[in-house]
Amino acid sequence: MSGSAGTNTVRSAGAGAAGTAQAGSAAGAVGSSAPVGHGLRTDSVRSGHGRSARVRPYAITRGRTRFGRVLLVETLVSALNRPADPEDRSLPELAMICDVTRGQMRSIAEISALLRIPLGVVKVLVSDLADQGRVRVHGADSAELVEGPESEVPATKRVLLERVLGGLRKL
Amino acid sequence: MDFASSEAVPGVPLVAGSATSTKIVVAGGFGVGKTTFVRSVSEIPPLTTEAVMTEAGAGVDDASAVPQKKSTTVAMDFGRISLAPDLVLYLFGTPGQGRFWFMWDDLVRGAVGAVVLADTRRLADSFPALDYFEGSGLPFVVAVNQFDDAPVYTPDAVRDALGVAARVPVLICDARHRAATVEVLTALVEHALAAEPAAV
Repeated sequence: MSGSAGTNTVRSAGAGAAGTAQAGSAAGAVGSSAPVGHGLRTDSVRSGHGRSARVRPYAITRGRTRFGRVLLVETLVSALNRPADPEDRSLPELAMICDVTRGQMRSIAEISALLRIPLGVVKVLVSDLADQGRVRVHGADSAELVEGPESEVPATKRVLLERVLGGLRKL
Repeated sequence: MDFASSEAVPGVPLVAGSATSTKIVVAGGFGVGKTTFVRSVSEIPPLTTEAVMTEAGAGVDDASAVPQKKSTTVAMDFGRISLAPDLVLYLFGTPGQGRFWFMWDDLVRGAVGAVVLADTRRLADSFPALDYFEGSGLPFVVAVNQFDDAPVYTPDAVRDALGVAARVPVLICDARHRAATVEVLTALVEHALAAEPAAV
């Protein structure tokens, strides 16, 4: 993220589904409890033009803590050629994620490192982008493997391990 | 570590169809060489990602007065190896301190296994990681990062000192060298395969 947290601005006007920008605490970023917002400054509210508020970094997740897809730190993401709705003045972070994954695949961790957005926040934003059809989340197969050591698909896991082993031996 | 720019760190080239990614966790005490290990084999300079954690320390003082008082930023260095155009392996060096164990459950989901790095001068530093992986059921190997000025022990001596089971591979390596790192990773995946039920 190029700008510091203090310069992020969320406007409810035009943000549509954003509704009230809600600043969750750090816990919201790691997917635990759903905190009630703090830090939404009201001193910058402008009457008649919706709200404009400076918010904390976690406000960009709008306090949400659940996402519908299995997104691990290594999950690969690539942008799809679906431009953002010009009417959608959504969060600049969404466009930034599309930019760094356009024409290539990057993991959740790489996106986090390159854009300097905490992992938990990246997961939420990528989930949003996937829901909007703006990014592709790769590796649905491997996502099925994460149910634990007692995986229900041992054969698939075995195939993956054998492929990894074969790849390492060729290095 | 400085954050890298997206230009300096290319992504993985797109492939027709879907790609698969997986990861190996590299654990061990502070300064044991986790990032060195990752760097020696990674196709990109190690990157640093941060997870913001809320520490499980409720009740220490009134958190409602200072909403983010208990949050902690935990940094992880990681690297990437493209094993095939559609198969990418990530290596995650993880914080060695026991107080961050609660974040490991999330990190190890989907992992092939873990490498516990040890330094023979500070073997006890690897105990928390060993305890964690022995309890988690995730396959792991122990790799002694042989520092130039550290005493040299045989793998069996290290195994005895660490008290790890006979089935757990123990290797001696130099984390600076790619061939040695690849050997450790290979041993881990072989170990993980041996632990996996045979295909039906």
